[in-house]
Order: sequence, then structure tokens, then C-alpha cells
Amino acid sequence: MSLVSRFPSHKDSIQIRQNPSVVINGLSHWFGKGSMRRMVLESISMEIDSGEVVLLTGPSGCGKTTLLTLIGALRNVQEGDLKVLGKQLFNSGRKTRQKLRRQIGMIFQGHNLLRCLTAEQNVQMGSDLLAGFSYSARRDQAREWLRAVGLHDQMSKLPHDLSGGQKQRVAIARALAARPKLLLADEPTAALDSVTGREIVDLLKRLALEQSISVLMVTHDPRILDVADRLLQMEDGKLVPSYG
Amino acid sequence: MKLTILQGRKIPLAWLLLSRQPLRLFVALAGICFAGILMFMQLGFRDGLFDASVTVHKLFDADLVLMSPRSMSSISMSGFPRRRLIQAMAHPDVLGITPVNWNFLLWRNPQTLSTRSILALGFEPNDSLLIDPELSRKAQALKSRGRVLFDELSRNEFGPIPLWFREGRIIETELAGKRVRVAGLVSLGPSFGADGNILTSRETFLELLPSTPPGSIELGLVRLNPEVDSEIVAASLSASLPSDVKVLTKNDFVEFEKNYWRTSTSIGFIFSLGAAMGFVVGCVIVYQILYSDVSDHLPEYATLMAMGYRLKTLFGVVAREGILLAVMGYLPAYAAGQGLYSLVRNFTKLPVNMDPERAILVFIMILFMCMGSALVAMRRLVDADPAEIF
Ligand SMILES: Nc1ncnc2c1ncn2[C@@H]1O[C@H](COP(=O)(O)OP(=O)(O)OP(=O)(O)O)[C@@H](O)[C@H]1O
Ligand SMILES: [Mg+2]
Repeated sequence: MSLVSRFPSHKDSIQIRQNPSVVINGLSHWFGKGSMRRMVLESISMEIDSGEVVLLTGPSGCGKTTLLTLIGALRNVQEGDLKVLGKQLFNSGRKTRQKLRRQIGMIFQGHNLLRCLTAEQNVQMGSDLLAGFSYSARRDQAREWLRAVGLHDQMSKLPHDLSGGQKQRVAIARALAARPKLLLADEPTAALDSVTGREIVDLLKRLALEQSISVLMVTHDPRILDVADRLLQMEDGKLVPSYG
Repeated sequence: MKLTILQGRKIPLAWLLLSRQPLRLFVALAGICFAGILMFMQLGFRDGLFDASVTVHKLFDADLVLMSPRSMSSISMSGFPRRRLIQAMAHPDVLGITPVNWNFLLWRNPQTLSTRSILALGFEPNDSLLIDPELSRKAQALKSRGRVLFDELSRNEFGPIPLWFREGRIIETELAGKRVRVAGLVSLGPSFGADGNILTSRETFLELLPSTPPGSIELGLVRLNPEVDSEIVAASLSASLPSDVKVLTKNDFVEFEKNYWRTSTSIGFIFSLGAAMGFVVGCVIVYQILYSDVSDHLPEYATLMAMGYRLKTLFGVVAREGILLAVMGYLPAYAAGQGLYSLVRNFTKLPVNMDPERAILVFIMILFMCMGSALVAMRRLVDADPAEIF
């Protein structure tokens, strides 16, 4: 795979190997105000090692997405320790979170591609976040990533003209194009049929491995659990100690 | 330097957001263009009318002008004693004077026989009246009684005089109920107060309008030694002459007339209001378009924020959309404005031109309109919550 040689992988960096990507200690979260206030996360503690692929499952409404948005620096931490890529997110400023988000790739259940951009331009919105490359270098990288997800002949298509699986591939390419160190995926296969879903997960796993990216993936799909290095289960806002 | 420019280049998101919805873009541009054209027309008419009010004023061969303090404008000129002008001649810096009679007379169109009010200026044919050096030659023809020089730029309602004259026809018609003959053509141009002009000798003028007291004139032209400051001479003449006459520099005379139309009529207000309406309509259209554009793309903006794009960057996208709309809407409005101005010039003979100041003013208004709308639409962006897109 040409990408491996082209982009430096984090395996080379010993420092990150030693440091876990995510460290969570006693993280709790509430929604609502006053009498409506409801706890959705209760004292979550866990770690994700660098380069590790972790799957998170649990019944609907147990707080998986909430946990993901907290790790993704999309929400304010209310209580507890949350360190992502070495940055403490409890009491963190807007700027810290915005900068951190550049190092976190996110793949959503809906692909969330920009409708007005072609596949290639969508991916380049990811590589545009990288400093120090010329426009054409960033465009070449975007094309390279589209090739890596098997869409070399769909580059100039708008999302509208792509199938669900293809859109999700573009979203993966876009997330990886910003060269994240951590990838968060929330039910990336939910909108796909089982064969396509499997392909997408395999692709994610392979590319993450090549780039030594840690992955935290929420899924309901029992058929893809085997890609995980570790399986976490949540119930009612708490992590249940689990097999795996 | 070149490298940083290359590194700074990004996907032209603002342009793509706009252009991938051609219908919406078209509506936005049509709206801005319409607003622009409206502003061009209204402001053009306004300035054109003010300029047109002084077409003849600008042509007088004078450094200073004497007029009655009771004269309010070109359409209501009062007389003052001609002696005052002779007295002014005593000032050492005054080189020449021209007494002018000024009034509106009824002109009979020799083709349709209908009558219409025309501005008649009476002067001694040997005196210099206009800057145009050819006039002194043409004026010799006025020494015969009942002769007039017709302004070839007068509105067509006065009859095809210039055409007939060039064909060599003898044109006789009625002016103030008396027979006159066209002895030549001059080029003055209609003004806001007068649809057409004729020049005649003082003698003929008094015959046409026997009620004019012989010692009275409406306008006195004064030519000065080119070395002296006309303001200073105006002040000293003002001080030495009785208060039944007013001394103005030529510039002040022009401004006095413009100011009459500006303040004593609603023209300025009406046309400025028209332009303001264009501005408001444009604002509403652009705001609608930008606001719905931002609202429609809110999840996409939230996605960009989740990816680590700064809110500032997204504001920049909306601002750039505003600038693009402004430029793309202005250009056709400018072109249409040019076209409409030339139409107006042809049909009304008003001096309406695309002067650079107005072109810039309208662009600034359009830019303001687009950027203001963009600024309000940006507030919607703050609602984009990246936590809600999972
Ligand atoms: N913005 C919000 N405001 C209030 N309550 C919320 C909000 N988002 C989520 N919740 C509630 O918090 C709880 C946890 O939601 P969350 O989306 O994290 O669950 P989930 O495990 O991702 O569920 P699913 O598997 O259905 O996606 C749910 O009961 C949900 O109703
Ligand atoms: Mg969820």
C-alpha cells in the first residue's frame, strides 16, 4: 500500500506508543436542567492505547454517542478526567478543543459529506486542515486517499450520485486525510447493508492499522465485533467489565 | 511568499456553495442586480436633474453674476436696475459686462402649431454672452429685428427646427404671439426648468415682451481680470452696490440654482427614497438567500467544526459568499445602468452619465447590503452544534 510509505506512521514514534490515546477517569455527564436533569454517563473509567481498535456496544440510549462526543471534544466535560492525545478536556477552552478536533477523525452514522463538493473536494476538506502543504500536494493526497478506499474512478462525483457505501468510504477518506491520531466512529455501518458494512469496517481497520491510529467505534452490528482488539460494553451510562 | 500563497489556497467553498445551486444564485443575483439598477436609475436621475438645472448657467461667459435678491431660481427670475451693472463696471478689475434679459415665452411649434414655454435670453449682439466663441459671429444675425437663434438641443416638442434649418428652409413662427424668424442654431441643452432655449437681441426681446421695464435686466454677467480672485471682487462689489442686487461668483450662481432644486423641491428626497428602496429590497433578498443558504447547510457547517475548522473560518466562508454576490450582482447592474443612462439621454436629453463617484457609491451600497446580510446570516452559524451531528 503506497500510503504506508508515503505518510509517516505513528508506529515510528515511541513516545506515542507509550502514551495511551485516551485516558478517562470518573467521567460523568448529565443532560437537562433542574428537575429534568438526568445522568447519562456515570463514572466512566477506561483507556485506549495508541493503535488499538476498540468497539463499544450497548443498548440504545445507554450513552455511547454522548461518550463519543465527549472524547471528540465536541462537548464540555462536566465532571471527571478526560485526557485525549495528552490534552486534559476537563475545564478546557474552546480553542483547545477546536485544535484537538483537528487530530481526531470522526465518522458519523450519516456520512455528513458536503453536498456541494465532489468526492475529491470533500476529502480535501480533510487534508486542507494540514499545514505546510501546497494546494496541489493536498489535492494529490486527497486523491491518494480516495484510491485507498477504492474510489479512484468516482473522484469528481457529487455525494448525491454516490451509493451509501461509497459515501461512507468518502467519509473515511476525509477523516483519514487530516491524519488523525484517533478515529471515532458512531455506527458507521448502520445505513449500509451487511456486505457493504463488513467491507467498510475491514477497510477502516486496515487503514487504521497502517497509520497506527487508535479507533473507538460504536456499533450495534454483532457481525463486525471480530475486528476489535478489545470490546467494551455499556449499560445505563456505565461500562460493564467485559470479555474480549 | 509564493509558497505561503500556495499553502494558503483552499477549496473555494463559498463559490461552490453558491454555484452548486444555480437557481438560488440566479435569484440572488437578479435581486442584487435589480437593486443596483434601481439605485443607479434613481441616483442618476437625481444628479442628472440637478446637473440639468444648470446646463445654461455653466455656459455663460462670466466670472461674476449680478442678479436680483428676489430671484429664487431660473424659473422665477426677477429684474434689477441695469444701472447696477454699469456701476460694477467702475471696479478696476472688471473687464466686461453683459446685461441679460431672461424670461419664459410661448413658442409655437411651426409643424404642429401647439405652443410651449421656452427660455428666451435677450442680450446685445455685440456683447459676449456664452463661452462658445462662435456665438459672436452668429449673434450678428440678431441685429435684424425679429430674429432668434434656436437651441438645437431643445426638446423635440418645439418642432423639427434644427432639421428644417439645415435643409435651408426659412423658419418663421410665433414667439409670445409675435412673428419671429430663426436666424441660426446654437447648442445649449435643455435644463430642468426649460425644455428649450432661444437667444435674441435685447431689442427683439423687449418687443416680444413689452411689459419689461426698459431699464431692468434679470441677469448681469461680469468678466474679470483673470489675475484676480473672483471671490474677493464679488465681496467688494457686494459691499459697494446697493442691496437691490446680489453678486455671486459663477460657481455660486450654479450652486444657487442646484440648491433651489435640491431644497425647494422634493426631487432630491423622492429619488433618494427610490434609491433607498432599492437598497432595502436588495437587503431583504440577499438576506433571505444567505440565511436560507446557511440554514440549509447547517449540518455541513457543524461537520466542518467537528473536523476542527474554526468558527472564524466558517464566518469567512459566509463573508466570501457575500462578497461574491456583491461583485457578481454589481457587474450586470453596472452594464444595465450604462445602457439605461444612454436611453435616458436619448429620450429626455438629461445629462445622465455613469460618473465614477456614483458607480463607486452604488458598489459600496451593494457591498454593504451583501456584507450586512452575511453578517446577520452568520449569527445562524453559531447554532451549528457539532455535538448534534452524531
Ligand atoms: N442533547 C441531549 N439533550 C438531552 N438528552 C439527550 C441529548 N442527547 C442524548 N440525550 C439522552 O441521553 C441518553 C444517551 O443518549 P446517547 O445518544 O448517548 O445514547 P446512545 O447509546 O448513543 O443510543 P443509540 O444507540 O440509540 O444511538 C439518551 O437517553 C438520550 O435521550
Ligand atoms: Mg448513538
